[in-house]
Amino acid sequence: MADIIEITEKEPAIAFGKEEKKLLTDPINENNPITVQVLGVCSALAVTTLLNKAIVMGIAVMLVTAFSNLFTSLLRNYIPKQIRMIVQLVIIAFLVTVVELFLKAYNYPIWKELSVFIGLIITNCIVMGRLEAFAMANKPWRSFLDGLGNGFGYAVILVIVAFIRELFGKGSLFNYKIIGPTAEYALNTSQIGWLHWYVPNNLMILAPAAMFVLGVLIWLQRTKYKKLVDIS
Amino acid sequence: MGNSSVIKFTLIMTVIVAFVLALLVSGLKPIHNVNESVYNKKGILSAVSEQLGKDVNALSNQEVQDIFANQITVQALNTEGKIVSDDEISSMTNGLAKTAADVDFALEAKKPEGERLLPLYTFKAKDGKDYNIMYVRGKGLWDEIWGYITLQPDWKTIAGEAFDHKGETPGLGAEIKDNKAWFSQFTGRKLYNEKGDFQSLEIVKGGVKQPDYQVDAISGATITGKGVQEMLQRGLKYYDPYIKSKFSNQMESDTVHQMMNDTIK
Repeated sequence: MADIIEITEKEPAIAFGKEEKKLLTDPINENNPITVQVLGVCSALAVTTLLNKAIVMGIAVMLVTAFSNLFTSLLRNYIPKQIRMIVQLVIIAFLVTVVELFLKAYNYPIWKELSVFIGLIITNCIVMGRLEAFAMANKPWRSFLDGLGNGFGYAVILVIVAFIRELFGKGSLFNYKIIGPTAEYALNTSQIGWLHWYVPNNLMILAPAAMFVLGVLIWLQRTKYKKLVDIS
Repeated sequence: MGNSSVIKFTLIMTVIVAFVLALLVSGLKPIHNVNESVYNKKGILSAVSEQLGKDVNALSNQEVQDIFANQITVQALNTEGKIVSDDEISSMTNGLAKTAADVDFALEAKKPEGERLLPLYTFKAKDGKDYNIMYVRGKGLWDEIWGYITLQPDWKTIAGEAFDHKGETPGLGAEIKDNKAWFSQFTGRKLYNEKGDFQSLEIVKGGVKQPDYQVDAISGATITGKGVQEMLQRGLKYYDPYIKSKFSNQMESDTVHQMMNDTIK
């Protein structure tokens, strides 16, 4: 019996079939780490005031989940069971530090704005959750894809929330004012800006607004996909 | 698995991780240093962005360095308002800095009052006028805040300003840096009253009554606002003796002019 399983598992190390695709796409919607598993909400509240912050944070988390899954999976047969969690934590902390060092070198203003939240990726439940639930029991390539998918699922929600918050909170996207009385493309012209009557609502920039937006997103998602209602 | 193999695993892992991180940190250090100094310099330039006529955030690293090399000079003052010579600078900073340009003024702001050095940046605008920039540092709600205040050549009126913070709340306290409509209120405000005495600015709620000396507060950011007010009152006071000496020079030259005019008549 055991031999048969061995044989069926003999496939190219880097295959990309249906199951691999599912690993990537599942976390975007049906198994989204934020809206379905409700993990990593803290950072989703903190870094979504501006779109460019959310995108950089999303990429950082994607890199960390993908590579921590890969490294943990590579080491999974060697990691002593007694110190399993500590080893995972060292891998995560190592990767987060690497990401932070590169960000500080190549995009200093964003690094300055994200401040502690890059470091706090270490404590993001999504990362360790994937290591425990997936990487410890699966092969490296699949673990890598699973990490990439989950990081991407996180990033997608961050970008949606940041889009809504920045647009209605500051009237801008990527720091470029597009709605409200001070829309940049309409300044110094006789043109009347789009939604020129809209006064940016400061509440959208504050943390509670992220909670509201996230709640509405979860509600919309569950209205559309009924089977998610009883999951969590 | 036995204890010895656990310890072996831990040791090997720690050594590898530490080695790679140490390599990265020392490899990227020069870039980090350049980024940090450019960021600080952009903070100073933001206080003269009007006189510079350029969007400071869009400047490249090289342009920032060029402006600093050609248009900005820095002097160090002590809290009594005297300009400190290079020899004194190196003794006051224990040899860390040799000229005023290398002094870490953020660090100086944490020293006891008498031992502190303050920067006075002078920006030479294209029209030949000199604008002086003062540096203040204080506490906001969560962490440190700091700012640069530019004076008109008459030393009495504010010509520009820039604030920054370490961790104020986005949308509330962080507005001191982000909200141009708020901080541009400072431009045109006065630091000296008619008698020539130092009178700092107040941050008030519910409407400005004395437009020369008051600034409207940010709603929802009471403590950050108070922090800014305290920072300005305390921080700008250190520059007062130096500015006063400038006043008396001006007055002297005025009286000399008048006397000369009188004798000619």
